[in-house]
Amino acid sequence: MAHASFDAARVREDFPLLARRVRDDKPLVYLDSGATSQSPESVITAEGDFYRTVNAAVHRGAHQLSEEATDAYEGARETIARFIGGRADDIVFTKNATEALNLVAYAFSNAGAPGAMDGVDEAIASKFALGPGDEIVVTAMEHHANLVPWQELARRTGATFRWIEITDDGFVDLDSAREVITERAKVVAFTHVSNVLGTINPVNDLATIAREAGALVVLDACQSVPHMPVDVAQLDVDFLAFSGHKMLGPTGIGVLWGKHELLEAMPPFLTGGSMIEIVKLEGTTFAPPPQRFEAGTPNAAQAVGLGAACDYLEALGMDNVLRHEQDLIQLTLDGLAERPWVSVLGPQDAGARLGAVAFVVDGVHPHDVGQILDDAGVAIRTGHHCAWPLHRRLRAVASSRVSFNVYSTADDVEAFLTALDRVPNIFGLEV
Amino acid sequence: MDLYQELILEHSKRPQHAGLREPFGAESHHVNTSCGDEITLRVDVEGEGDDAVIKDVSYDSIGCSISVASASMLAENLIGLTLREAQEVFGATRTMLTSKGQAAGDEEVIGDAIALAGVSKYPARVKCALLSWSALQDSLGKLGLDLTGGAASTTEETKA
Repeated sequence: MAHASFDAARVREDFPLLARRVRDDKPLVYLDSGATSQSPESVITAEGDFYRTVNAAVHRGAHQLSEEATDAYEGARETIARFIGGRADDIVFTKNATEALNLVAYAFSNAGAPGAMDGVDEAIASKFALGPGDEIVVTAMEHHANLVPWQELARRTGATFRWIEITDDGFVDLDSAREVITERAKVVAFTHVSNVLGTINPVNDLATIAREAGALVVLDACQSVPHMPVDVAQLDVDFLAFSGHKMLGPTGIGVLWGKHELLEAMPPFLTGGSMIEIVKLEGTTFAPPPQRFEAGTPNAAQAVGLGAACDYLEALGMDNVLRHEQDLIQLTLDGLAERPWVSVLGPQDAGARLGAVAFVVDGVHPHDVGQILDDAGVAIRTGHHCAWPLHRRLRAVASSRVSFNVYSTADDVEAFLTALDRVPNIFGLEV
Repeated sequence: MDLYQELILEHSKRPQHAGLREPFGAESHHVNTSCGDEITLRVDVEGEGDDAVIKDVSYDSIGCSISVASASMLAENLIGLTLREAQEVFGATRTMLTSKGQAAGDEEVIGDAIALAGVSKYPARVKCALLSWSALQDSLGKLGLDLTGGAASTTEETKA
């Protein structure tokens, strides 16, 4: 099962937090990386060293520290761009993926303001024009971060919010996609990998349908970029968003990648310092992207930390990471299949999924399952995982979810399964 | 583990006074946004002010064993009490639940809810145990009655 090229036990040693003990001195079994991953020493050091050695405001200040801080910040942008196969100018730093997705959604509503698109090529400006009769499309498996901003955009502009159905086994229904995405669609937003089902979505199949309708394509890559090779040149999408803290980086830093001609056309989301070209009391012009979308003093140390996280992942090799994590998913699916009192949500085939395995113990609420696992030192997520409509669609009040990252091991899966076996006993289930 | 006392499991499997009934004076629907637990709770009251008598508490609860058991214990404890007596039960229950493991609770006052004492050690679960109480407080409020007897509201504690 284990691949020679990847030694997860060795990788674990790079993550100081994983040595922690919890709940009466039990070793921590951390299986909640889909919510927030842990950071290797190199990331913690990079963030700390920024404060220890170069901390200053970036892009301003006539002194050496400011220059070095700017170099570190912009260097991180280049590293992250390289990591996803993009150009540094097309990388916008945000505080997280939620903000990145809101940035795009607000570009649509702000584009409707008088003068906002002056000087922009008509063919591009028209893509951002949204009003009654236009449609915004998502899928029924979206995280709230890629759902609520679009609902709200529809409410602000009078456009119609629509969604693509999913199949019972947790795939996007492409027939439904072809039905729902019509020439009225202006934007189609969907997730690369479901944070609940683990399903890896056929990005380019969906994008092709969206393209034929003339819609812009927005990809939530929060659960793909940390776990598999992602190359924006291979994905037929216009925007791609992800968060640092799910890919071994710090909190407070996220990324929006966008096609340059679109970023250049888009009005800003947040305004203020750092994002301007010329400010007069009579009015202001804006800097080119990415600065246009980075108002105020940015989270520079966190950007540098995220750059270090990309370096760390690159050294492991994302193909190796993908294989390792799919091995763990296979192990988890096999273990759960031996427990008939557990139902797994999403695809049954490990090759079709990534990142997470969500499940329901028949007759026991996920909160109670999580509590019993926590008592054994096993940290998982319970609830609707910010995907409430998906749970309604699957007729589950909520679910329990184990999720992985590079430092997760077969031992973690074993510890989880062993702790899970206490559930039927405590709740008096017939097994 | 000591959290899951037999009484909690019994109440969650066979919740007392469950189901929504007529007549009722007010109804509230509360949700624990962190996990999706939901309760619809109705209260029927006779009389006015602190001497008002709680004739019935009925509810439809979807949630974890703690939230369902707590609703069941609430109904069992409060039906037939005056508002003044209910305030005392609420105060004692809340004090125990928010004590971070320091207060064992007074069985004389809160009955089976004494089994929820272990919940107070788990901050995330306190919300579950208080969900039915916040719905009740809301319903009584709609009738101009104050479950806290003037003390601070539960709403802050039960927010996600």
